[in-house]
Amino acid sequence: MGNYFTFPDLLIWLPLLAGFFCFFAKEEKSARLTAIVFSLLILGVSIATLFFTNDTKYLNYNNVNYIWLKYLGANYYIGLDSTGRMLTLLTATVFPLILIATSKTTIKNAASYFGLIMLTQAGLMGVFMALDALTFYFFWELALIPVYFLCSKWGGESRIQATFKFFVYTFAGSLLMLIGIIYVYLHTGTKGFEDGVIVNHSFSLVSFYNANLSATEQNWLFVLFFIAFAIKMPIFPFHTWQPDAYDQSPTSVTMILSGVMVKMGLFGLLRWLMPVFPSGVIHYKNIVIILSIIGVVYASCIAMMQDNIKKLIAYSSIAHIGLMCAAIFAMNQIAVQGALIQMFNHGINIVGMWIVVEIIERQTGVKKISQLSGLASTAPVLTIFLVIIAFANIALPLTNAFTGEFLMFSGLYNNNKWFAAIAGLGIILSAVYTLNMIQKVFFGSTNAVTAEVKDISLNEKIVLMIIVGIIFFIGVYPQPLIELTKDAVNNLLVRVK
Amino acid sequence: MNAIILTAIWGVVMMFSGVFFKNKSIPKYLAIIGLLIAVIANTAEFSIAKPIVHINIHDMLRFEKYNLLFIDVAFLCTMVYFLLSGTEIEKVGPHAGEYFALIFFVLCGVSIVATFNTLLMFFIGIEIMSIPLYILTGSEKRNLKSNEAALKYFLMGAFSTGIMLMGIAFVYGGNPNGSFFIDKIQLGSGQMPVMIALGLLFMLVSLSFKVSAAPFHFWTPDVYDGAPTVFTSFMSTIVKAAGFFAFIRLFEHSFGTMHDQWQKLIVIITVSTLLIGNVTAVFQQSVKRMLAYSSIAQAGFMLLALFALNDKAKEGILLYTAAYSLATIGLFGILTKMEDFTIDGFNGLAKQQPLLAFVATVCLLSLTGVPLTAGFQSKFFMLMAAVDNGHQFWLVIVAVLFAAISAYYYFRVIQAMYFKESSQPSVTVIHSISSQFKIMLIVIAILISIIGIYPEIVIGWMYR
Repeated sequence: MGNYFTFPDLLIWLPLLAGFFCFFAKEEKSARLTAIVFSLLILGVSIATLFFTNDTKYLNYNNVNYIWLKYLGANYYIGLDSTGRMLTLLTATVFPLILIATSKTTIKNAASYFGLIMLTQAGLMGVFMALDALTFYFFWELALIPVYFLCSKWGGESRIQATFKFFVYTFAGSLLMLIGIIYVYLHTGTKGFEDGVIVNHSFSLVSFYNANLSATEQNWLFVLFFIAFAIKMPIFPFHTWQPDAYDQSPTSVTMILSGVMVKMGLFGLLRWLMPVFPSGVIHYKNIVIILSIIGVVYASCIAMMQDNIKKLIAYSSIAHIGLMCAAIFAMNQIAVQGALIQMFNHGINIVGMWIVVEIIERQTGVKKISQLSGLASTAPVLTIFLVIIAFANIALPLTNAFTGEFLMFSGLYNNNKWFAAIAGLGIILSAVYTLNMIQKVFFGSTNAVTAEVKDISLNEKIVLMIIVGIIFFIGVYPQPLIELTKDAVNNLLVRVK
Repeated sequence: MNAIILTAIWGVVMMFSGVFFKNKSIPKYLAIIGLLIAVIANTAEFSIAKPIVHINIHDMLRFEKYNLLFIDVAFLCTMVYFLLSGTEIEKVGPHAGEYFALIFFVLCGVSIVATFNTLLMFFIGIEIMSIPLYILTGSEKRNLKSNEAALKYFLMGAFSTGIMLMGIAFVYGGNPNGSFFIDKIQLGSGQMPVMIALGLLFMLVSLSFKVSAAPFHFWTPDVYDGAPTVFTSFMSTIVKAAGFFAFIRLFEHSFGTMHDQWQKLIVIITVSTLLIGNVTAVFQQSVKRMLAYSSIAQAGFMLLALFALNDKAKEGILLYTAAYSLATIGLFGILTKMEDFTIDGFNGLAKQQPLLAFVATVCLLSLTGVPLTAGFQSKFFMLMAAVDNGHQFWLVIVAVLFAAISAYYYFRVIQAMYFKESSQPSVTVIHSISSQFKIMLIVIAILISIIGIYPEIVIGWMYR
């Protein structure tokens, strides 16, 4: 199999193929079905990759490397390593959940809608697997373009402005990163081909790691790359596109954005930024942590004041991501390990939150907290699920986020007590706004808006059950995730130090 | 050599085609055939090294692979242009053959400009390229705007030609070698003599005028707006790229060793071109004018090649020619079918003409420089050249920030087509759309993405 089909190939081509089929689907139903079937298939492939982790034995199964632009030294090089495996698994898990959970929502022009969603998945998979800078950049942008069209076409009222802001922010960021890539590329060593051609430079990840860069060069290259990743995550003060974009996008796209797409930024830090510019990282480490922690507190405070559920979740996501970024830059084994696990957990939890919001919004047409009340009496099952997911969101013990946040905090504490203490505020605040939201929306007496709400249907039940299952499973037994990412953390820290 | 001879002869053939054939569409097919022959002959010249006739040109022209490759790219883009907009050219006036003849003369000029080796040939090439354009601009005789544009273009063009001649005179006079050959003008890296510096400045000004670089761009929007849309399409793409090619060739060979002395001038011109092109384009309501300003903005990016002046820049200019020409030709082709040139005129196009809207989107994404399109690769090579140059690194950052701004006005058209509803229920497209036109649009979209994925299809020839 290794020579004909490899896992990276399957993970890229299946979504592309699915997107292609969806575009030519005649009806909404068939397009939706194609997308769901393919996304489940991709999930299967992605789970299968977990059993082929032995690199010496299965090298050919996990890597694809073709010569692409020979005279530039750029290869189409994608492969799975442990971080990549975890994030492709997240992507593959989240997409079918989203598609099944939103299958009640009617969509105009469903063919292009599902086609674009599957294209986004292909782009995301590519980002998480790319081992060549130019390939990475291509997929990085490829994930953005379909999302632009999805949000602008199917979003809320002021979608065009909100999405365009999002697009220009990320586009500008990635162009800055492109300059950085070019600069590093011009400082890499030569690369030879089998037929004797030797090119001066190379785009491969390994040659980027070995690039000949002075400390000052690393410092400003760090800035170029970091801006691109910070916009994507988003880190304060680059976050202003996010609440509007989350609010205005169709909910399933918001789920993709917040569940998987923000992980692109964090992943970029781990795969590209930190190993390539170790001395830049040490130079800017504290500034980045401080920015992240400001973001945590600031976003939590705004979330407390929010009346719009979607914006509340958007700001809570900024807070969580900020914490992960801070933990990554704390640069010790525990913190980075925690951040990696939390990347996965956050993806699952936030998608769960959005699914609940989507159900509420679809049934009532309202997303204002002040207008909702007493959902617990009309939709008890939904309430149970929400409460569990919300507990996971505030990282209560036994839920998945607890493991991640605990590790991140102990790591941050080892790094600097004050950072940990201030970031800890974020947890308390997150409990405040989340519980406040639950209390107002779900408890109390029903009003005119919520009186007619029906409880959730079977497919939503299944999806939420799966999410809750994952939450508890990882909460009780996080060992597999830790095992999966342990060597990645070690490699990273060895390289940085 | 083949290209110059064939295009000159074919221009004459085209002139008489209107006399001998009564059928109006004959000239178009003749033109396509002629261009095909020229492309084949030119390709043969650099791949199997066979000129049709051997003429002793005393090294006044140089036919190296790179130059011939540029001619090929320019001709192939013209071919796409003929196939897409040939029918529109016929509609401009009663004598279609003449327009094609003029375009062939322009192509002859393009070939000379791409291969010149002395200042004389350079001057002749630029003139052969420009004069037919003045006529083409004014070809809509009954349209006042077209007349005004032609007059403006001619006066300004003549003026800039004068400055260029003066520059050539200074360079010739101030040079101890006393030669018109561009390689012999080269003086080493010492301090530039005053005469040479003056000559260089004059040539810089007049060439900036030809490629519409700020602050010598003022003619561009009016001329591009006033000229018949089909001819704007040709003027703003292939001719402009040829101007750049000449610009770079001249400055590299004649003044390359003094690069660091005039590089700062280029930096100023580049930044002001990027600034004026992009910022003004943001405020345009008419797509045609927006494209005129966007052509200035793109010129700013092409100037990066002149700023860098290295191998990557040379490859970049080839890619830029192909990428920018294809996308702009496609957009102007679509524009000729539109009733309303304003951005609002594009509202809801995606519903009524999905194919047109899709191809327009591909072209606009390419102009923005989104990956998987040719535009990305060309920008990528330009940036690579500029970073490799090692000086004035901030210029690169300025350039990409302006590229991000350019997304604003290109995406406005996309937003209009896909996300807004048309105000009138009837079709926004009045002119009939033939199936040949549609096929050509698809071809353009495919070409753009092929170059975007695999740019070595164009520049790989340099290494073979």
